[in-house]
Amino acid sequence: MAEHSVAAGHDDHDHKPHGWRRWVYATNHKDIGTMYLVFAGLMFFIGGSMAMVIRAELFKPGMQFVDPQLFNSMTTMHALLMIFGAVMPAWTGLANWMIPMQVGAPDMALPRLNNFSFWILPFAFTLLLSTLFVPGGSPAGGWTMYPPLVLQNGASFPMLIFAIHMMGASSILGAINVVVTILNMRAPGMSLLRMPLFVWTWLITAYLLIAVMPVLAGAVTMLLTDHFFGTTFFTAAGGGDPVMFQHIFWFFGHPEVYILILPAFGIVSEIIPTFSRKPLFGYEAMVYATASIAFLSFIVWAHHMFVVGMPLAAQLFFMLSTMLIAIPTGVKVFNWTATMWKGSISFEPPMLFALAFLFLFTIGGFSGLMLAIVPADYQYQDTYFVVAHFHYVLVPGAIFAIMAGVYYWLPKWVGNMYDMTLAKWHFWLSTIFVNVLFFPQHFLGLAGMPRRIPDYAVQFTDWNMVSSIGGFGFGLSQLLFPYLIWKCVTAGTPVKVNRPWEGAHGLEWELPSPAPYHSWSTPPSDEVIAKGAFH
Amino acid sequence: MTQGVTAMSREIYDLHMLIFWVCVIIGVVVFGAMFWSLINFRKSQGAVPDTTMVHNTKVEIVWTAVPVIILIAMAVPAARTLVAIEDTTKTELTIKVTGFQWGWNYEYLDKGVTFFSRLDRKSDTARELGSGIDPNTVDHYLLSVDNPVVVPVGTKIRLLITGADVIHSWWVPAFAVKKDGIPGFVNEAWFKVDADKPGLYRGQCAELCGRDHGFMPIVVDARTKEDYEAWLSAKAAQQKSAAAPAGTEATPTASAAPVPAPALADAR
Repeated sequence: MAEHSVAAGHDDHDHKPHGWRRWVYATNHKDIGTMYLVFAGLMFFIGGSMAMVIRAELFKPGMQFVDPQLFNSMTTMHALLMIFGAVMPAWTGLANWMIPMQVGAPDMALPRLNNFSFWILPFAFTLLLSTLFVPGGSPAGGWTMYPPLVLQNGASFPMLIFAIHMMGASSILGAINVVVTILNMRAPGMSLLRMPLFVWTWLITAYLLIAVMPVLAGAVTMLLTDHFFGTTFFTAAGGGDPVMFQHIFWFFGHPEVYILILPAFGIVSEIIPTFSRKPLFGYEAMVYATASIAFLSFIVWAHHMFVVGMPLAAQLFFMLSTMLIAIPTGVKVFNWTATMWKGSISFEPPMLFALAFLFLFTIGGFSGLMLAIVPADYQYQDTYFVVAHFHYVLVPGAIFAIMAGVYYWLPKWVGNMYDMTLAKWHFWLSTIFVNVLFFPQHFLGLAGMPRRIPDYAVQFTDWNMVSSIGGFGFGLSQLLFPYLIWKCVTAGTPVKVNRPWEGAHGLEWELPSPAPYHSWSTPPSDEVIAKGAFH
Repeated sequence: MTQGVTAMSREIYDLHMLIFWVCVIIGVVVFGAMFWSLINFRKSQGAVPDTTMVHNTKVEIVWTAVPVIILIAMAVPAARTLVAIEDTTKTELTIKVTGFQWGWNYEYLDKGVTFFSRLDRKSDTARELGSGIDPNTVDHYLLSVDNPVVVPVGTKIRLLITGADVIHSWWVPAFAVKKDGIPGFVNEAWFKVDADKPGLYRGQCAELCGRDHGFMPIVVDARTKEDYEAWLSAKAAQQKSAAAPAGTEATPTASAAPVPAPALADAR
């Protein structure tokens, strides 16, 4: 093991460009990964501040701060920024950093494409955010962009469509790069069933991205031609159908939610074994469960649209196919629990976030199962119950998993350990406030409060106040995260060892800390690979 | 969730409670196993990992098969209820509901009665930005309208729901009815209020429909059959007399519908 680290360490003497050229002309997977993560963090805070506007307006009944149109813009932009600007780029950033290191490759397969796919994003989001200043304001028809409503947006409409096209192009290029890297760049001996779960889940995610981002691009292009070129894809007067857009959109949209969550499953499957000091239980079952979820994600889309008036047979089909997803998801939760069973568990920050993920994502899974039941869904659809559901799977789900990943690998990236006490504060504040924020929204939904409304009847006041307080608390406690990372980078305690977590498995821990600028230019030996694999 | 005032809404409520308790029981077991692990297998308590425990086919088959059985047990009553909901036959009264930005139009088919229903004036004033009016002082803030839709209790009423401009969704929780009103298409839904439960039932638009989406409530005034008949004939007479001097071009039923009536395609 030691000789490998030394061999890898020599690479650190490689030349790298300095100053702005290092970033603008970047082709190094670690630099590009860093840019993705910083960009995602920036979007997380901009999107988060929009959520603060929403929670401030909803703190009590009556309109206090914003016009209803601006409120709708805030919900729309919050979703677009968080999904396409924060979570997806964060996953691509982690993929860039970790996949080459985990499969024993020196870099991503297509480094210049990698540069391009990142640098599209700042332009896409500058365009999207600039809609805040155009006549008519930002898109306000919801991130789902349902026609005919979306066609009522003013100057922001074509800007929205073009921004979506750019985000889609960026995602597809990133996904192609991940697939090619995983399939072609693995070190000899790194067979598919030796790959870490994070690599597996990302491989499947990348296929989902390649399959569905073009569908989204097609859907929004049809909106564009409906608006500007006289087509009537989604207009009944010309023989079209507004609901057809919803079918196409959710054919993209449901796989999209797994794009947001599958890499989280991967990260949690790395972290729980590390801090349970025990190999992952049911490695193969985890891989197959991930693949089954990905497959099922293509045949459940219409469960987002049970109230549009589908035939009975279609409603039954989509109810049953949706319920099936509970089975592979359950297998995953059981496997994680079995991994901890008879382990030797310790509670470092990555493990704490992974555990919060495990509990709170499962709660989101339960509400998801409830939402699948069509007759009950008639009461849940478009209420705060749905808002609570998808925030449970996306915030303490996807975002906590991203944070868990950052806390797990940060010492490897920068070579310094972060302030554990502060990280634990970040964890406890986030976990308490995220529940104060989103749990009451279940009650609001069941009590009959629709989503996407800027003002509400007075009986909903109490839980909205609680939720808003949770929102402000959650938002403020996130400021600890960039501070903590900054402190770690500039003044952290050097880690010195390759493996700061004693139970960690996998090739990335065979590299020195910080990981050298170019790693694995000599592939790891079969023995080293076998040692790091669960299977 | 409300139990509501129709047989169907109670059935949905029971279904909701059933799946809720199933989830609670699974949750207690799963979270219990997690907490058990976190408490008993702590490194700080000297736990030694059993690194050979990586796979167990028997256990894995059990925890795949048991959820299948639970899911089937949930799917059967859900499917049965759904079939009943989709049965729109034997209705006694049909009301066409058209959502528009931002309110509702109700048309009692073949009864010569049609009218608009919007957020009432008091709520509308109080909801303005910086109105200075405390919403708590407004009766049923944001949930009251100028013209409630009046229906008879104990009668199976069919709704034909559509939209005039964008997609809206007609939702009254007490009836467990939520259906999108889609421009160019007509959706069907039905409800039958318990004969002994006349009263005012409130709901809201449930599909984002633009700036004032949050301000288009629904109020259903369920009355006894006699009261409903009396209201209907008075309303019909009033609309007839109001329409008559207005000119020859006005037809009795369409006189009060400046909103363009969408082409009636087949119900989806």
